[in-house]
Amino acid sequence: MNYAQFLTMQQELGVLAVFLIVFLFDTFCGKNSRSAVTPLAIVCFAAVTIYGFFCTGTGEAFGGMYVTSPVISCIKSILNLGALIVLIQAVPWINSEEGSVRRGEFYELLFVTLFGMYLMISARHFLLFIIGLESASLPLAAMVAFNKNKYESHEAAVKYMFTAIFSSAILMMGLSFVYALSNGSLYFADLAESIALGSNSVLLVTAIAFVIAGFGFKLSLVPFHLWTADVYQGAPTTVTSYLSVISKGSAAFAFLVVLAQVFGAVYSDIWEWMMYALIIATITIGNLFAIRQRNMKRFMAFSSVSQAGYIMLGIVAANVLGMTSMIFYILVYIFSNLGVFGVIQAIENKTGYVSMDDYRGLHKTNPWLSFAMTLAVFSLAGIPPFAGFFSKILIFTGATESGSVALYVLVLIALINTIISLYYYLLVVKAMWISPEEPVVPAFRSACTERFGLWICCAGIIFLGLISCIYGWIYGVSEIAATEGFFALLG
Amino acid sequence: MDLTLPILILAIPITMFLILGLFGMKMSHKLAGILGILGMGTTMVLAYTVAFDYFFSGNSLFISGSERLQHTVFDVTWLQFSPRLVVNFGFLLDPICAMMLVVITTISFFVHLYSWGYMEGEKGFQRFYAFLSLFSFSMLGLVVATNIFQMYIFWELVGVSSYLLIGFYYKTPSAVSASKKAFIVTRFADLGMLIGILVLSFYMPTFNFIELTAPGQPQAVLASTGGATFLGGSVLTWALVLIFTGGMGKSAMLPLHIWLPDAMEGPTPVSALIHAATMVVAGVYLVARMFPLYLMEYQALDFITFIGAITALYAAVVACTQVDIKRVLAFSTISQIAFMMVSLGVARPEIHEGLGYMASMFHLFTHAMFKALLFLGAGALIHAVHSNDYTAMGGLRKYMPITHWTFLIGCLAIAGIYPFSGFFSKDEMLSAMYGYSTFWGVWMTFVAGLTAFYMFRLYYLIFWWDENPHYKHHRPHDAPWQMSLPLIILAAVSCVAGFIPFGELITWNGEPYHIHIEWVKVAIPSLCTAVVAILLATVMYRKKNSLPDKAAAIWPGLWRAAHHRFYWDEIYMFITHKIIFNVICSSIAWFDRHIIDGTMDAFAKVTQKTSYTIRGMQSGSIQTYVWWYLMGAVALAAITCWAIL
Repeated sequence: MNYAQFLTMQQELGVLAVFLIVFLFDTFCGKNSRSAVTPLAIVCFAAVTIYGFFCTGTGEAFGGMYVTSPVISCIKSILNLGALIVLIQAVPWINSEEGSVRRGEFYELLFVTLFGMYLMISARHFLLFIIGLESASLPLAAMVAFNKNKYESHEAAVKYMFTAIFSSAILMMGLSFVYALSNGSLYFADLAESIALGSNSVLLVTAIAFVIAGFGFKLSLVPFHLWTADVYQGAPTTVTSYLSVISKGSAAFAFLVVLAQVFGAVYSDIWEWMMYALIIATITIGNLFAIRQRNMKRFMAFSSVSQAGYIMLGIVAANVLGMTSMIFYILVYIFSNLGVFGVIQAIENKTGYVSMDDYRGLHKTNPWLSFAMTLAVFSLAGIPPFAGFFSKILIFTGATESGSVALYVLVLIALINTIISLYYYLLVVKAMWISPEEPVVPAFRSACTERFGLWICCAGIIFLGLISCIYGWIYGVSEIAATEGFFALLG
Repeated sequence: MDLTLPILILAIPITMFLILGLFGMKMSHKLAGILGILGMGTTMVLAYTVAFDYFFSGNSLFISGSERLQHTVFDVTWLQFSPRLVVNFGFLLDPICAMMLVVITTISFFVHLYSWGYMEGEKGFQRFYAFLSLFSFSMLGLVVATNIFQMYIFWELVGVSSYLLIGFYYKTPSAVSASKKAFIVTRFADLGMLIGILVLSFYMPTFNFIELTAPGQPQAVLASTGGATFLGGSVLTWALVLIFTGGMGKSAMLPLHIWLPDAMEGPTPVSALIHAATMVVAGVYLVARMFPLYLMEYQALDFITFIGAITALYAAVVACTQVDIKRVLAFSTISQIAFMMVSLGVARPEIHEGLGYMASMFHLFTHAMFKALLFLGAGALIHAVHSNDYTAMGGLRKYMPITHWTFLIGCLAIAGIYPFSGFFSKDEMLSAMYGYSTFWGVWMTFVAGLTAFYMFRLYYLIFWWDENPHYKHHRPHDAPWQMSLPLIILAAVSCVAGFIPFGELITWNGEPYHIHIEWVKVAIPSLCTAVVAILLATVMYRKKNSLPDKAAAIWPGLWRAAHHRFYWDEIYMFITHKIIFNVICSSIAWFDRHIIDGTMDAFAKVTQKTSYTIRGMQSGSIQTYVWWYLMGAVALAAITCWAIL
C-alpha cells in the first residue's frame, strides 16, 4: 500500500489528530485538569483551521474513492472556520453545570461529525460517501441529546435519530436503484457513465428522487424538513448553531458534487425540475412558518429552511458562477447565522430567555448584543451593504447566468420571498429597538469568548461583501474545478 | 512608483476620520484639533512629494520625451459581479490629478489650521474635524479615481460630507434646511450623471478612464451604436451631457445653482474648503477628466459653453446686489466656476493647441487659492463683528490691518489685475474664448469687468464706506495667529502663483504649451475693463454717499430681480409645491395608498392565512413527519415520471 496517498487527506487527518489529542487528554489527564480540554481543543483546532488554508493541492487516494482539489479544500476551510466560531461561542455553555461533566465528549463528537462531513465532500465512491454521511449524522444525535436533564433535548434527539435513519434508508434505496442501472460499480464516474448511456427510466427517476430526499433531510428542504423545528428548539443552542450552518453547508456542497458528477447527464431532463419545485416549496413554506414563530430557536429553524432554498439556487444554476456563489453564500450564511445564534446563546446562558417577546427593548439593557443581532439579521435578510446582500445578489446572478426563462421566474419567486423574509427578520429588530415596553432581559456582560465570537461574525458580515478578494479567491478555485471537468457531464 | 505614499495619502484622512469620529468625544478639543491638523499636514507633505515626483523627477513612467503620461499607480479589483461587470479601486496619477492633490491638501490643511481658531469652544469641535477629514478623504479619492464608478462613489461621499458640514449647526433650522437643499439638489443632478454612466457603460466595455479616453475608443462607441440617436443627439452626446449634469449640480451651474448660496449657512472654513476651492470644482474636474471623450462630440462642448456663459453672467449680476458677504462670495464662486466651464467648452485642439483646457485648470488652481483666501478673510471678519452682512461692517481697515491687506490682494487677484495670479489665468481663458469666437470673448470680458466691480464694491463696503458706531463698544481686532497665518500664506501664493509655468505642466494631451500673453488683443482690453470697473466701484462706494441708491433707481426692476436672485428659488418653490406636489405627487400617493398598499395588504393577508392553514403539517408527531417525508419523495418521483416519460 502506498502510504503517501494519505498526504492528500491533510484536512481530514488534521481533524482526526485534534480528535485524538482531545480524546487521549480527556481520558488520561485526571479529574483536576479536565477543564483544560476546552482551550486545548480550540487552540488545536484553530491551528488546523489555519493550516487548512494552505492545503490547495489536487490529488486522490484509495483508488480514486477519495479526491481533493482546491475547491474542496476551500469549502472545508470555510467549514473549519465556522466550526471554530461555534467552538469559541460554546465555551460558556460547555463550562456550565450541564456541559462540564462531559465536555470532552462534546468535542470528540463534534470532531467526528466534522470528519464525516469531510469524507462526504471528498468521496467519489458511494461506499465512502455513506460512511461519511453516517458518521456525520449519528454522533449529531448524541450531541442533540447533550442536555441530559432536559426533556426537550431527548425528544429532539429521538426525532432527529429516527428521521436520520429513515432518510438514510431512503437514500440507500435510491442508491441501490442506481447501482442496478450500472455495471456493478459504485464509483461516481462509472455510475455517471452508465446513466449517460442509458435512457430515462422510472427506476432512474425514482432513484434520483430518493437521493434528493436523502439530502433533503440534511439540508431541511421542504417537505423533508419537518424535524428541523423540533430539533433546533430542543437541542442545546450550540448544537443548533452547528446543525444549522456546518452540517447544512457540508451537505449542500456534497449534494452539488453528487448531482453534478453522478446525475449530471440528466440535469435538464430530470433533476433540474425536481430541484426547481423543491426550491420554491422550501423558500415559501419556510417563510410561511417562520412568520408565526415566537421562540427564537424555532424561528431560526424556519429561517434556515428558507435559507437552504437560496443555497440550492447555486446548485440549480449548475455552472461555475453558481458554484462560486453557493460557496460564498455558505460562507456569509455561517457568519450571519452564527451571529444570531451567538446572541441567542449569550442571552439564554445568562437569563434563560429565548422568546422573541423577551427581546423587547433589548437595546436599552444590552446595546451591543442588539447591535450584533441587528447586523446579523440584516445580513440574513439581504440588506445592503452587509454581506448577505452580496451573497444573495451573487446567487441570483449565478442562477440567471444561463439565461433560461424558467430560472428567471425562479429567481423572481425567490425575490418575492425575500420580501416576506424581510418582514419576520425585521420583527426581531423591531422587538429589540422599537417596542416601547420595558426591557425583559436585564443588563449583563456576556462572556469574553461569546463577545469574541460575535466580533468575528460582525466583522465578517461587514467586510465579506466589501472586500472582493474573498469572492475572487472562491471564484478562482471554482474555475479550476470547472476546467478539471467538474461540470463536464452537464455539457 | 512606490505604493506607500499614494496609499498613505488616502489612508491618513480616513484613519483620522475614524479616530476622531469614534473617540473624538473622549478627547479634549486641543488634542482633536492637533490630531486633525497633524494628519492633514502629513497628507499635504506626502501629496507634495507625489506631485513633485510626478512633474519634476523625469521618471520614464511619468514623462516620455516631452509628453506627460497617465500612470496607474495601483488598480485593484474591488467588486466583481461578473467577468464583465467589474468595479476597480485605484490611484491614477496624471497632471490634473497631481495638481488637484496639491490644491486639496493645501487648502484643507490651512482650513484645518484656521478652524482651530475659528471653531474654538464650539460644541462638536471634534465632530467638525472628523467631518473635515472625511471630506478630504472623499475629495482625494475622487481625484485619484481610475474609473468612472470609483469617481461616482467618491462623488457621492463628497456630497455626504458636504451635507454633514453644511448642517454642522444642526440646531439652527436654516442650516438644516440648507444642508437638505444642497443634498437633494446635488443628488438630483447625480441621478442624471448615473444615467449617463449607465448609458456609456452599456456601449463601452470598460469604466477605466485611460481606456475610455484612449484614441479610437469613442469612435468604436459611435460605430457600435449604429448611429442611434435620441431627440437629435447621438448616444455619446447624450451620455456626455447627462454626465455633465452631475457636474452642473456639484459645480452649481444654472439652473442647479440654488443650493450653493444657501450652503453658506455652514461654518465659514467649510465654505472656504468645500464651497469655494475643492468640491464645487469637481464638475470642472469631471469634464477635464473625460475631455478626450467630450472632444468627440462638439455638441456636448457647446452645451457646456452655453450653460457656463449664461451662469457666469447671471451670477456676476446677482453678486452686485447681495448684502450678505458670504453670499456675494458664493455668487462670485459660481461665476468663476462658470468661467472655467466656458473655457473647457471652447477648448479645441486646433485653437491655440487646446489652450482652453490648460487655462481652465490654471484658473481652477489660482481661483482655489484666492477664493479660499477671500472666504477665510470673510471668516475673520465674521469672527470679529459677529454678523454676515456688510451693513454691520464698514471702515474696518484700521481695526483689522492683516485681514484688510490680504482681502485686498484677494480682490485684486480675482479682478485680474497684473501681476496677481488671477490676471494670468483669466487672460489665458479669455484668449481661448476669443480664439473660439469673438462673441463669447466679449461676453466673458464683460463678466470679468462685473467681477472686478462687485468684488471692489464688497471691499469698499467692508473696509471703507462709513465706520459702524458699534465699534466703540466692541472694538473689532485681527484674528488669532491660527487664522491670520493661512491668510498671509494664501495671499502670498495669490501674488506669485501666476508666474508658475502652468502650460509646461498641464495640457489636454500632455504636450507642453508655452504660455504667451496676448497683450494687445486680450490682456489690455480686459485690464482696462477691470480698472474701469474698479474706478467705478471706488467712486460709488469709497465714502458713504447716495450714488448706489441712485444707480439702483435707474433700473428698479432689474435691481429688485437681481437682489432676489432672479426669483430662482421662488420658481423652484412654485414647481415643487404647486405643480409636483399637487398634481403629480397626490395622484401617485393615491396610487400608492390604494393600489400598492392594497396589493401588499392582500399579499400579507394571504400569507398569514396560508401560514395559519398549513400549521397542521408541523404536528410534533414523528409519525406524521415520516409520512410527509415518504410522500414527498414518492410524489417527487411520480410527478417527474408522469411529466417526462
